Amino acid sequence: MIKKIYFQSIFFSFLFSMEAFSAESGGMPQLNPEFWISQIFWLTLTFGILYLVLSKLILPKISANLESRKSQILENIEAAEKQREDSETKLKDYEEIISKSRLDAKTIFNQAREKALKDINAKREVLDKQIDDEIIKAEQEIKILRQNAPDKINKIAIETSSELVQKLIGAEINNSSISAIVDDLSRRNGDKYYGN
Amino acid sequence: MAANPMTQFNVYRIGPEIKVGAFDISFTNASLFMIISSVAILLIFNLGSKKNSLLPNKIQLLAELSYTFVSKMISDTAGSKAKPYFAFIFSLFMFVLFCNMFGMIPYTFTVTSHIIVTFVLAAFIFIGVTVIGFMKHGLGYLKLFVPSGVPAVLLPLIVVIEIISYLSRPVSLSVRLFANMMAGHTMMKVFGGFVISLGIVGGWLPLSFSVALTGLEILVAFLQAYVFAILTCIYLNDALNLHH
Repeated sequence: MIKKIYFQSIFFSFLFSMEAFSAESGGMPQLNPEFWISQIFWLTLTFGILYLVLSKLILPKISANLESRKSQILENIEAAEKQREDSETKLKDYEEIISKSRLDAKTIFNQAREKALKDINAKREVLDKQIDDEIIKAEQEIKILRQNAPDKINKIAIETSSELVQKLIGAEINNSSISAIVDDLSRRNGDKYYGN
Repeated sequence: MAANPMTQFNVYRIGPEIKVGAFDISFTNASLFMIISSVAILLIFNLGSKKNSLLPNKIQLLAELSYTFVSKMISDTAGSKAKPYFAFIFSLFMFVLFCNMFGMIPYTFTVTSHIIVTFVLAAFIFIGVTVIGFMKHGLGYLKLFVPSGVPAVLLPLIVVIEIISYLSRPVSLSVRLFANMMAGHTMMKVFGGFVISLGIVGGWLPLSFSVALTGLEILVAFLQAYVFAILTCIYLNDALNLHH
């Protein structure tokens, strides 16, 4: 019910207001030429001044502001780019130096090692030679001693046996006959005594 | 009782009658709002261009965004040759926009709701564009009326249509803006009148309509200024870069 009244009132008020418009029937004030000339005059004046002030004073300033900002930003970007490049080359240099020094350190270490090894080897060789020489000398001495040993033993044997014979039988025996016997014996049993 | 929705468009004299010869150039409410709009534009853009800081403040940002908006609109539609006309199109756009927007404030007068104002602007644009076209291309500008790739049989008809459409440009340009503004404001007034006549019981529905219409009208105010400016750019493009 309320709804119906509501819409009816809208409808009637619409009709009523339409009637009111037609009743006054002033038409459109836009088509009344009374103030056309005035409007044209003031439009030309205000728009002309607006255009002149904007185009001569304000717009160039705005455009200059925009340009200067743009160039400043571009400059800053350029500077930043340059600094980035600089830092990159510096980083590269740094890395190069590091790798180079690492390589240097390695070669120095290797050289030192080689040198030390060489020294050690040379000293060892000298020592080896000395030892060899000593050994050879000692061996020679031993050989000489060994070679002389049977003769001395034979001599001792001959002398003792001749003395023994003298004491035992009181007779002097020719040394040469005893030595012949000793020689014969030692020849026969030489292997047993000397291991030659 | 609802007032006549057309009375808001009445032009009346403010101050004494000024006459130059036979012409009445009295200061009216229309003149007042033209001046208010122009002064507002000049104030805002003067403030926005005064200081040049790397980080713009709000008003500077507003001025610079408007500048780039209009310059982009011109370069997109009319190319780089239209650069000398940037200031004119910028003033035109701002003037129409501010007149439309000031009209949205209650009890103000909408300058652009008068056919004579929009027609003067449109006629000026039409004449200016035609003069530029003939200056740039001489009589070759008449090729605008002869589209390429049209069969010879159809040519007489097409040329007539093209001429009519060219001549109707100022009319369509001015009537579009004027009719939009007038219709919008009339409608708002009618709904406002309903709110009064239906009172506290039934007035809520037209009131909500009025609120919605206000939003729509603000959109229309911007859109019509934009359309006005961009159509000017398109006409200018025809005159500058003849490639029909």
